Amino acid sequence: MGHVVIRNLQKEYIERRCKGRSSDNSSGDRGDNIPVLSNITAEFNEGEMVCILGPSGCGKSTLLRIIAGFDKSFSGSVLIDGKMINGPNPNHIFIFQQGSLFPWMTVWQNIGLGLRYMKDRNMMKGKIRKYVDMVELEGFEYHYPYQLSGGMQRRVELARALAVNPDLLFMDEPFTGLDFLTHMRLREEVVNMHEFIGKTIIFVTHDIDDALIMGDRVVVLGGRPACIKLTCELDFPRPRDFENMPELSRLRSEIFFMLGVPCAV
Amino acid sequence: MESKNFPYLLPAFAFSLVLLLWELLARYSGWNEHVFPGPVKVLFGMQELFSKGILLKYSVASLFRVTAGFYFAIIFGVPFGIIIGKLNLFKLFFNPVIQFLRPISPLAWIPLAMLWFGIGDKPAIFLIFLSCFFPLTVSTSVAVSTINPTFFQTAANFNFTRFEVITKIIIPAILPNVITALRITLGIAWLVVVAAEMIAVKSGLGYLILDSRNALRMDLVMDGMIIIGVIGLMLDFFMKRLAKIESIFWKPAAQ
Repeated sequence: MGHVVIRNLQKEYIERRCKGRSSDNSSGDRGDNIPVLSNITAEFNEGEMVCILGPSGCGKSTLLRIIAGFDKSFSGSVLIDGKMINGPNPNHIFIFQQGSLFPWMTVWQNIGLGLRYMKDRNMMKGKIRKYVDMVELEGFEYHYPYQLSGGMQRRVELARALAVNPDLLFMDEPFTGLDFLTHMRLREEVVNMHEFIGKTIIFVTHDIDDALIMGDRVVVLGGRPACIKLTCELDFPRPRDFENMPELSRLRSEIFFMLGVPCAV
Repeated sequence: MESKNFPYLLPAFAFSLVLLLWELLARYSGWNEHVFPGPVKVLFGMQELFSKGILLKYSVASLFRVTAGFYFAIIFGVPFGIIIGKLNLFKLFFNPVIQFLRPISPLAWIPLAMLWFGIGDKPAIFLIFLSCFFPLTVSTSVAVSTINPTFFQTAANFNFTRFEVITKIIIPAILPNVITALRITLGIAWLVVVAAEMIAVKSGLGYLILDSRNALRMDLVMDGMIIIGVIGLMLDFFMKRLAKIESIFWKPAAQ
């Protein structure tokens, strides 16, 4: 489960802002269709950690939201496990960039969100406990999100997503706004978690190192409208580091160059 | 520093200063005692009202009207505000009417209220309802429409039913704002009840003031004002307490 096929995906935004003030408004149209994604075709295997890379504003998040079913105005087709996508689905959990924990619920209640229909209360409690322990938040069960640090909040979100045992996990730049150390630690945790549960994860980031350290497959988006510039499988053992893996290091320089940074350090 | 150590000292000092000025003004301004009674006379007036049992009776009457009108406003205004805030079509439909009716003072409704509801509690309750309903509806709808859209997407992701979206997202999300709005509207209700009682009824603190004026008892007028102030202060205190309950004030920015 968690096999994703994308065929000929196209997406346009309508620019609603009126051009009216400029002198040459002869065309008279209300807004232009701005193509965002053009001709995206890709296939992600079951259990893969896919990292979608690209400069900011290129349409990475848009692509992710389309696959997750939040955005239905596109052409082309997206199939998950052989079925056309049809809106958001509790089997495909999305972890938002800005943090989507409900601030009026405690950590415990937030993690239990997807388990609220379980008949057996004791089993439910056991399951919540398991995921609280998994993200190492023992003792914070009855705290509200604002009482936690940024890294802890992301962990709660991760636990909330994993608790429903989804086939597919979407992460939209989940490390933004974290300090460097927390970022590193959380990256490690996500990699370990992925090896442990073996679910398909589609991960959007603009951080090239994140993508190369974490991903089983890297998809580089670029251009305007965005198309796939590069897709490659990373068949490197973990833990990875650039110094001892010249192949990976070479790929890193190549992607940096592709995204417009010619001499990356 | 000192204000923290003695939270009641400064306010008490302010009140005693006012009292002192009042006494001095009453004694040396040359105004007649019937026109500008001093604190002592007002205190005796208070005792007179209290011993007659009027004070308690009228306070309860006023509070009853405020409570009834306020509850009606909550029962109708908050759900209505949620509907308007969530469904854009309803907003486009109702908002102009609400914005048109809102600036009309509740007191302008007094003639109609008396005609429709007669004399007694009902017109006063109706006026209080009106004075609370519009601000409550507007602030509820604003609170609903400013809920972070990510929460609704998360809800869709976790397969929330429509009922769950209301009970688990909308209501908890707007509660802090609604409580603030309730605090403000209760203040308005308390302002309006006094005015309403001057016209349509034969009890309550507003009536006390009007009746005392007709009897040329300015000391009792001042007693009425003092009681109104004290009860208003108490109501505000309780509403502030309400906003401090933890499950309601999950926001870090609580004062």
